[in-house]
Amino acid sequence: MRALKAFFRSPPAIIGLLLVLAVVAMGLAAPLLYPNDPLGLAGRPLQWPGANPRFPLGTDPSGRDIAAQLFHGARISLLIGFVATSIAVVIGIGIGAVAGFYGGAADTVLMRLTEAFQTLPNFLLLLVLVAVFGSTMEVVTVAIGLVSWPPVARLTRAEFLSLRTREFVYAARIQGLPDWHLIFREVLPNALPPVIVYASVVMAVAILLESSLAFLQLSDPNVPSWGNLIGLGRSVLRTEWYVSAIPGVAILLAILGVSLLGQGLNDALNPRLAPR
Amino acid sequence: MRVLALAGRRLAASLPTLVLILVGLFLLLQLAPGDTVDALMAQMGGGDAALAEDLRRFYGLDLSIAARLGQYLLRLVTLDLGFSAIYGKPVATVILERLPATLLLMAAALSFAFFFGLVLGVLAARRVNRWPDTLISTLGLIFYATPSFWFGLMAIVLFSVHLQWFPAGGFYEIGEGLTGLALTLDIARHLVLPTLTLGLIFLAIYLRIMRASMLEVLSLDFVRTARAKGLTETRIVTRHVLRNAMLPMITLIGLQAGTMLGGSVVVETVFALPGLGRLAYESVVQRDLNTLLGIVFVSALLVIAINFLVDLLYAKLDPRIVSGG
Amino acid sequence: MSGLRIQDLSILLPRGGDRTHALAGISLAVAPGEILCVVGESGSGKSVTASAVMGLLAPGLAVERGSITLGQDNLLALTPAQWRATRGARIAMVFQEPMTALNPLMTVGGQLSEMWIVHRGLSKREALARALAALEEVQLPDPAGALNAFPHELSGGQRQRVMIAMALALEPELLICDEPTTALDVTTQAQVLKLIKDLQQRHNTAVLFITHDFGVVAEIADRVAVMQLGHVVEEGPVGEVLLRPQHPYTQALLAAVPPLNAPPTRPLPDTGAVLELVGLTKTYASRGIFRRRKAVKALDGVTATLKRGTTLGIVGESGSGKSTLARCVVGLMGLDGGTIRIAGQPLTQDRQKAAHLAQMVFQDPYASLNPRRSVGAQVAQGPIAAGTSSAEAWAEARRLFALVGLEPEAVRRYPHEFSGGQRQRIGIARALAMKPEVLVADEPVSALDVSVQAQVLKLLRDLQGRLGLSILFITHDLRVAAQLCDEVVVMQNGRIAEAGPVAEVFTNPRHAYTQSLLAAVPGRSVLEAG
Repeated sequence: MRALKAFFRSPPAIIGLLLVLAVVAMGLAAPLLYPNDPLGLAGRPLQWPGANPRFPLGTDPSGRDIAAQLFHGARISLLIGFVATSIAVVIGIGIGAVAGFYGGAADTVLMRLTEAFQTLPNFLLLLVLVAVFGSTMEVVTVAIGLVSWPPVARLTRAEFLSLRTREFVYAARIQGLPDWHLIFREVLPNALPPVIVYASVVMAVAILLESSLAFLQLSDPNVPSWGNLIGLGRSVLRTEWYVSAIPGVAILLAILGVSLLGQGLNDALNPRLAPR
Repeated sequence: MRVLALAGRRLAASLPTLVLILVGLFLLLQLAPGDTVDALMAQMGGGDAALAEDLRRFYGLDLSIAARLGQYLLRLVTLDLGFSAIYGKPVATVILERLPATLLLMAAALSFAFFFGLVLGVLAARRVNRWPDTLISTLGLIFYATPSFWFGLMAIVLFSVHLQWFPAGGFYEIGEGLTGLALTLDIARHLVLPTLTLGLIFLAIYLRIMRASMLEVLSLDFVRTARAKGLTETRIVTRHVLRNAMLPMITLIGLQAGTMLGGSVVVETVFALPGLGRLAYESVVQRDLNTLLGIVFVSALLVIAINFLVDLLYAKLDPRIVSGG
Repeated sequence: MSGLRIQDLSILLPRGGDRTHALAGISLAVAPGEILCVVGESGSGKSVTASAVMGLLAPGLAVERGSITLGQDNLLALTPAQWRATRGARIAMVFQEPMTALNPLMTVGGQLSEMWIVHRGLSKREALARALAALEEVQLPDPAGALNAFPHELSGGQRQRVMIAMALALEPELLICDEPTTALDVTTQAQVLKLIKDLQQRHNTAVLFITHDFGVVAEIADRVAVMQLGHVVEEGPVGEVLLRPQHPYTQALLAAVPPLNAPPTRPLPDTGAVLELVGLTKTYASRGIFRRRKAVKALDGVTATLKRGTTLGIVGESGSGKSTLARCVVGLMGLDGGTIRIAGQPLTQDRQKAAHLAQMVFQDPYASLNPRRSVGAQVAQGPIAAGTSSAEAWAEARRLFALVGLEPEAVRRYPHEFSGGQRQRIGIARALAMKPEVLVADEPVSALDVSVQAQVLKLLRDLQGRLGLSILFITHDLRVAAQLCDEVVVMQNGRIAEAGPVAEVFTNPRHAYTQSLLAAVPGRSVLEAG
C-alpha cells in the first residue's frame, strides 16, 4: 500500500504508466480501427503524412497504411516483449535461485552456463537461432527469451546468496523446514522486488531486439512490425524519410514507457534510493 | 605480477566456457535445415545430386556429427577456422579482413560512452534532484529508449543528406587512394556517426550507473570522515569518491562487451561498414555456417579478451581484490 | 572562555516522526584537558549532539535555537569555508565503525598526510614524514609499513588507531569520539581507551565522548552527562553520577548494567549431560579461484558438556570460534572432526529430527525475522512441518507469545510492528515452539539497549526456571555471562583456554588469557567497587 502510494506520487512513474497504457490501448484498438489487413495494399505508395486524410501518417513504399501498421505493430511489440520477458524471467529466476541457494557444484555449473551465454553477443546468438529455426513469430519470441535470461539469473543469484545467510532463513532451516519452503516462502519473496524491477529492463531490451531483427528483415515477414517498417523505409530514406521516422518514435516511446514504469517501481519498492 | 596472475586465473577459468559455447553452437547448427552446399547450389542456380555429393565430401560434410565436431575443435586449436564456400577463401582470412573496422568502431564507441557517461553521471550526482540532474537523467532515459538503427538512419538523413557534414556510409572513400594521415582522417570522418549510434545506449547506461554509484559512495562512512577532515567538496569528489564510484562502471564494461558486439551487427549494416557484425548478418542470410561459427568463436575470444583487460584494470584500481581481503 | 560550550541547543526532527525534537534545549560544556562522556540509549540524541558540533547534521535536521561556541567562535554562524578550516584543524572526530571509516582505495599514509597538505599546505614529503610520526605516536606496530598499507590490510583496532592519529594530527582543541570502541573486542577496547586518554592529556584536548556503555564511562570520563529523549537528565563528575545517581533514569540504567561479580554457584541439578561436545575440529579452507585465504582453525579440539537444566556460557573475542561452535551444534555447519551428542543421540543430518534436539536464538533482532511473513506463521511453521495440525500450532504460538510476555493476538502482526526487544522475545518463542533439548543463544542481547537487555536476560532466567531449559549461551560480554551462566568455557583461537563454574572462573582465573579478558572489562574499578 505504501509502495503504491509512493508510486503514484512520482511523476516519471505516472508518465511511464500512461505511455505503456497508450501502447496497450493502441494494440487493443487496432482490430477495431483498422479491421483490414495492415499489410494489404491500401492506396498510392509514398503519400506524405497529412497529404491524404485517409492516411494521416501516410503510406509506405508498397502503398500500405502506416498508421494501420503502427497500431497492429503495437500488438506484436507488446506480445513479443511480454512473452519473451516472461520466458527470460522464469529461466533466470530458476537458474539464479538454484545456483544462489545451493552454491557449490550446482552454482559452478550453472554460472559457467550463464557466463557462456553472456560471453556470446546476444544479438549474434539471436541471429543464429533465427537462422536455424526460421523466422516465425513463435521462434523469434522464444529466441529473444532464450538470449535475455543471463542478467536475471545473475541478479537472482546475488539476491539469493545474500539472503540465504540471513538469520531468518537459518532459523527456518533449524526449525526443520525443507528446502522448497526455504526457497519459495523465505528467500524468494524477499528476492523478488529487484527482479521484478529488472524485468522492465528485460522487456525494453526484448522490444529492442525484436525491432532490430525486424529491421534486418530477419523477423516474421507476415506480421506488421515497427522495426520492419523502418527497414522498408531505408530504400527511400533520402526523400521519404518519414516512413522510417514514424515507427521509430513509436519504439522510442514504448521503451521509454517501460523504463519509466520500471524506475517508478524501483523507487516505490526501495524507498532507500528514492529522492529525499 | 600478482594482478597479472589473478587475471590469468580468470582467463583460464573462461576456457571451459569457450568450449561449452562452441559445442553448443556446433550442435545447434546441425539442426539447421540445409547446409553450405545447399546454399552454394542455390547460388550457382542449381545442380545435380552427384555434384552436391562431391561438394559435401570436399567440405567434409558427409561425416558423422561427433566426428565433425571433434575435427572442428581440433582445427580451432590451430586457429584454422575452415573454408568459406561463399567467399571462396579461408574463414580466418575473411574474418581478419573484417576485424579492424569492428575493433575501431567498438573502441571509439566505448571511449565515447565511457567518457561522457562518467562526466554526465558525476555532474548529475553533484546536482542531484536539481535541474541539471533532471535534464541529464531525462536525456539518459531518452537515449536508452532510442533504437540504434533508427538513430543511425535519422543521423544519416540529418547529417549526411541535409547538412552533408559526414558521409552516409562506408569505411573510407574508395577510389581516392588516400594514404597516411589523410586516410586516418577520412576513416575518422566515416566513423563519427557509427560511433555516436553504437555508443548512445551505452552512454545512457554508464551515466545512469555512474550517477547511482556516486550517490551511493557519497553516503558512505569514509566520505563523512573526509568531510570531518575539512576537505573541500571538490577534493572529496576527486580524491575519495570518484575512484570508488568508477568500480561498478568498470565491471559493466566487461559484462556488456558482448552486447556491444551484438549492437555492431545493426550499426555496421546501417552504415555499410565492412566489419565483423555485417559479416555475421551476411553469413546468416547466405547460410555460410562455417563463417558464422568462426565469427562466433572470434567474438567469444574478443569478449574474453576484453574481460581480461577489465580484470586487470579493476585489480589495479581496487587493492582489495589482489590481497583477497 | 576556552573549550566547547553548548547552550540551550534545540534541533528539530523532520515532521511525521514520533517526536518533534532530536534535542530539546540541551546545555553542555567541555573544558580543555577534560573528557565529557555523553551517555544514553538509542534515540537519546547523543549522536545528533556530536554531528551538530561537527556541523555535519543529517539532511532533514535543523537547528531551532541555541548556540555552540568553541573558544570565542560561534560555530553556528560559520560559513561553509570557515567550517572547512575548522573541521579537522580545530575540531576532529573519531567514528564508531573503523571498518568503513577509511577510504578503501587509498593508502593509510595518503589519507593521513592529507590533513597537513590541505590545512597546513605542506608538501607531500613533509606531510608523509608527519604522518609517520603520528602513526608512531598511536603505537601502531610497524608504522612505516602501515603508511603504505591499505585499510583492509589492518585490523579493526589498528584502523581505529589510524583514525585517532588522523583526528589528533593538527592538535585540535576539541576531539569528538562517537562510540569509538563499540565495534572492537574488549582487550582492544581497553588499549584504545587508554591511548585516547594518554594523548588527550598530553595535548590538553577537550574530548566529547559519546557512548552507551557505563563501563567505558567509568573508564575514561571526567564528567558525565546522561541523555534521554533529547534531554540532559543528569550531569556531574563521574564519581558522583555513577555512584550516587540522582535521576531515576540514571538509576535505572545503572541498575541494568550486569555486575561482573557472578552470584555464588547455585546447586546444579544432578540430571546428567544433555549436550556433549567431544574433540570438535573445524577448519575454514582456502577456496575459490579469485581469492586465496589462509586456512583458519575455527575449532581445534573443543570438548565441553552442558548439564540438563543449566546454562553453559561460551565466551571469547571475535575469531575465537564461539559462533562456529554454535552453528555446528544446531547443524548449520558440518564438523571436520569430533562428535556432538544431544540427549544421548549423535547429531543427525535429518533436519526434522534435529529440530527437536537444538534450536537457536539469533543476535540481530532485525535480520532474524522474515519481514514478509506474520510473526505467528514463523513460530508455527516449525511444528506444522513436524506434523502438528495448523490450528494446534497456532494455538501453541499464542500460548508461547503469552509465555515470553507478548500479546497472544500479536501473532497476526508483521515484524516491522515490533521493537528490537520484542523481536528477540519472538525469536525465543520460535525456538521454544520446537520443544528443543538444547537452546543455543548466539549473542541474543548484544544488539539491545542495556535496559532492554536486562529484561531479555530476566526472561531467559525465568523460562529456564519454569521449563527446565538447557541453554548454550554464546557471548562476548563477560558481565552478561556472569549473570546468566552456571558454567563457562573461555575460548581463544578455536581452543578452550579455561572452563569451570562461572563464579570460580571469574573470581579466580587461572589462564593468562582469562585474566587479561577480565582485566579489560571496562569500568570494573568504579562499578564493581560500588
